[in-house]
Amino acid sequence: MHKLLTDAPGKEMLLLGNEAIARGALEAGLSFATCYPGTPSSEIPEQFFRISQETDLYFEYSTNEKVALEVGAGAAVSGLRTMVTMKHVGVNVAADPLMTLAYSGIKGGMVIVTADDPYLFSSQNEQDNRYYARLSGLPMLEPTNTQEMKDLTKAAFDLSEELKLPVLLRTTTRLNHIRGKVELGQLQPITPKGDFQKNPFHFVAIPAVSRKLHKLLLEKYDQAMAKAEKWPTNQIIGNGKWGIVTNGVSFNYVSDAISDLGISDKVSILKMGFSWPLPKGLIKQFLEQVDKVLVVEELEPIMENDFKAIAQEFGITIPIKGKGVGELSRLFEYDPGMVRRSIAQYFDIPYKALEPVDLSGIPELPGRPPNLCPGCPHRATYYAVKEVYGEDAIHPSDIGCYTLGVLPPISMADYLICMGSSVSSSCGFSRATDKKVVSFIGDSTFFHSGITGLVNAVHNNHKFTLVILDNGTTAMTGHQPHPGVDTRPLGVERTRISLEDLVRGCGVKDVHVVKPLKVKKTMEAVKAAMEYDGISVIISRELCPLFAKATGQAKKARPFYVNLNKCKNHRDCINKIACPAMYLEGEQVKINPNLCIGCAVCAQICPENAILPAK
Amino acid sequence: METKRVVFVGVGGQGNLLASRLLGEAALSLGIPVVVSEIHGMAQRGGIVESAVLMGDVNSPIVSKGEADVLVGFEPVETLRALGKCNNETLVITNTHPLPPFTVSVGQGTYPPVDEMLNLIQAKIKRVIALDGDAMAAEVGNPLSLNMVMLGALIGSGSVPVKAETMKKTIEELTKRAFLESNLKAFDLGYDSAKMQ
Repeated sequence: MHKLLTDAPGKEMLLLGNEAIARGALEAGLSFATCYPGTPSSEIPEQFFRISQETDLYFEYSTNEKVALEVGAGAAVSGLRTMVTMKHVGVNVAADPLMTLAYSGIKGGMVIVTADDPYLFSSQNEQDNRYYARLSGLPMLEPTNTQEMKDLTKAAFDLSEELKLPVLLRTTTRLNHIRGKVELGQLQPITPKGDFQKNPFHFVAIPAVSRKLHKLLLEKYDQAMAKAEKWPTNQIIGNGKWGIVTNGVSFNYVSDAISDLGISDKVSILKMGFSWPLPKGLIKQFLEQVDKVLVVEELEPIMENDFKAIAQEFGITIPIKGKGVGELSRLFEYDPGMVRRSIAQYFDIPYKALEPVDLSGIPELPGRPPNLCPGCPHRATYYAVKEVYGEDAIHPSDIGCYTLGVLPPISMADYLICMGSSVSSSCGFSRATDKKVVSFIGDSTFFHSGITGLVNAVHNNHKFTLVILDNGTTAMTGHQPHPGVDTRPLGVERTRISLEDLVRGCGVKDVHVVKPLKVKKTMEAVKAAMEYDGISVIISRELCPLFAKATGQAKKARPFYVNLNKCKNHRDCINKIACPAMYLEGEQVKINPNLCIGCAVCAQICPENAILPAK
Repeated sequence: METKRVVFVGVGGQGNLLASRLLGEAALSLGIPVVVSEIHGMAQRGGIVESAVLMGDVNSPIVSKGEADVLVGFEPVETLRALGKCNNETLVITNTHPLPPFTVSVGQGTYPPVDEMLNLIQAKIKRVIALDGDAMAAEVGNPLSLNMVMLGALIGSGSVPVKAETMKKTIEELTKRAFLESNLKAFDLGYDSAKMQ
C-alpha cells in the first residue's frame, strides 16, 4: 500500500512537501488529478500515479499544462474534486483556459498547484506566479511548512467548492522539497463518477455569457476577501510596534530571526496564508497597531505595493518598506541569515552575525556542473550532428536533460526560451539567416508543444532539420510517461502514439529514424537530412539508460577499457564525447568500469580502435 | 531545545539525500522537531547535491553562510567548496576519497591534491574528522554504503542528539533488506572511526 494511503488519523509522518500536498488532497476526497510534470512540482503527481493504480482515483499525465487544466476542468465542472499540478512556467501554458475557467467556475472543488522556483534551481526564469491570482481573480493560498501544505490543500478544496472557483495553491522549491512532520487527518472516500448539468448560458463563454460571468467573478472576489479576513493562517502574531509582513517559506526565516534577535515582544508579524484577495480589514487592523512595516517576501514587491495602496486608502502614513532594505532583493531566494540581518538593519537593532570562516587561500576548485549520464544517447546524437554540420550551424534547443548539451565540449545548444521553442524559433532562424539550422527537442517536449511549430514549419515552407531525441520517457523530471511511451513497464495500459506517424501526419516528407549509438548510420541520416531541401525530421531513438535500468529494460553490456598499447592519445573520446566515465590518469585516458555502461560510442569514434570491451 | 544545523554535501549518486532523510526520520522518532531540505532536479545528473537537517528550536529549512553546526562532506572538493557554510566552531566531517568531476578530464580545471585540501580545512576549522569512507564502504562489500559510513561518523562524533541505536533502528526500517547487513557494518565503521578521532 502507498504510504500516503495510511489510514491512521493523528499519526505523525516525515513527509516531503509535495507528499504533504498529495496527502491533503486525499484527505479532501480527491477523485481526479492531472498534470504535466515539472520541477519542483513533479513529486505530487508521482504519488497520484501510483495511488491511482491502487484505488479509484483517476490520474493522468496530460500532454501539457493547458491540456491538463482543461481535462481537469471537465471533471471539476462535473462535480469531482480535482487537482491539477504544474511548475510556475507551466501556468503560462495553461493561462488561456485559466483566465476563462475563473469566469465559469467549477462544481467539485478544484485546486491548481503552481510551484514557483526562486533562484531558478531548474527553470528558465523565476517569474512570480502570485501575479496569476491577480490576473485571473482566483483565490491564492500559500503554505509555510509541511503541515500547512497538507492542511491548506485540504482546506483549499472546501474553499473552492464554496466559492465555485478554482483555488491556486502556490509553493516555492524550498517548500516542495523540504521534509517535515505532518500529522495525518482522516482520508475521505474517492468519488469515481460525477454528473454534468447542462447550462450552456453559463458554461459556453460567448461574449453575452462572459459579460455576466465577469460580474459573477467580481462578486466571488468579495466573498473570497471575506473568507480571507477570517482565514486561520492569515494571522497577526504578537502585538509589538514593529510590523513584519511575510508569506510562504520566508515566514520561517522571519520567526527564527525575531527569536534569534530577541525582539519577539517588540514585533507584530502578519502572516499571509490566504494571500489573494488581500483581507483589507485585517491589514488595516495590523497597520494601525504598528509604527513601521517591513515586508519580507521573495521575488516581486507584490504585497509591499498592495500594502502601500491599502494604507493610502485608509489614510495610514507609516513607513512600509521591503525591497531594497538590507539584502532583501527581487532576485533569487531568501535565507535565514539575510532576513535576520535585514530585519536588524531596518529596526536598528545591534546585531553581530556569526563570522563565516576565512576562505582565503582556497585554490580555484574544478567545477562540477550537472552532466549527461555515462552512456546517454543524447551525447551520441550531438556527436553525429556536429561531425556532419561542423561548428557553424545554429542549434535551437529545448527543455530537458539534453539542454545540458549546452556545456563544452558538446556545445550544441544556441537558443532556448521555453518548451517547444526549438521548433518554432528554427523557422525564424532559417528565414532570417543564411546559416544551416539543426534544432533539438525531446520526445516529451515535442508532444507538449513541438507539434504546432512543426506544422507551421511545413506549411510555411521553412528549411531546417529537427532532431527529436526520443529516449522513451520524460527523463529530466523523473521518468514520467508521455503519449509516445510504451507504458506497460510502468504498470499501466495507455495507447502509444507513433512519433514517425505523427511527424508524417504533420506533412514532413523527409523522416529518418536512427539508433544514435550506431554512430556511422546516424551520421549518414544526418547527411541525407542536410542535403534535403525542406523540413527534415530525424527521430533519434534509444531508451534513457537510467529509465531502462529502473524498468528492467536495460541490455547487458560489458564496460569498455582503453588498450594502452593501441592508444595514441588523440583524445577524440574525451574531447568530443566527454563521457563522465572517462578520466585522465596522468596523461592517459582511462575508463571507469563502474560508470561505463557499454554504449560503445567512444569505441566507434576512436581513430586507433583502442577502446575495447572488457574481457 | 538546542538547535543543530547539519549540512550534507556530495555528488549525485553518493546517497547524501538518503542520509539526510534517515537522520530526519530518526529525529522524528525521538520527538525532536526537525526539518530536512533537499535540492532535486538538475543535481541528479552528476552535479553537486546539498541537503540540510535542522533540529530543535528552529523553523527555517536551510542553513545560511557561516551558520552550520556540522558540515558532512561526502567528497573532499565538495567539502572545501561548502566551507563557507562554516564558522570557527563548526565540526567538519569529510570523506577523503576524491571523485574528480569530468571538467578535470577535459582540462577545465585541476583537482587539488587531497592532502593539501585536508591541511587547508584543518587550518581553518578547529575540529575536523577525516576518513576514507569509500575504503570502508568497499571493506563491507557495498560501495554504495558510503552514505552509511558518513552517517555513522556523524552519530559517532556526538554532535547531534541522535544515538547510534536509534539511527540503526531507522536504517533497519527504511533501507533495502538486501543491503541491511552491509549498511549496518558500514555505519559501524564510520561510527568507530569518528569515535577515535
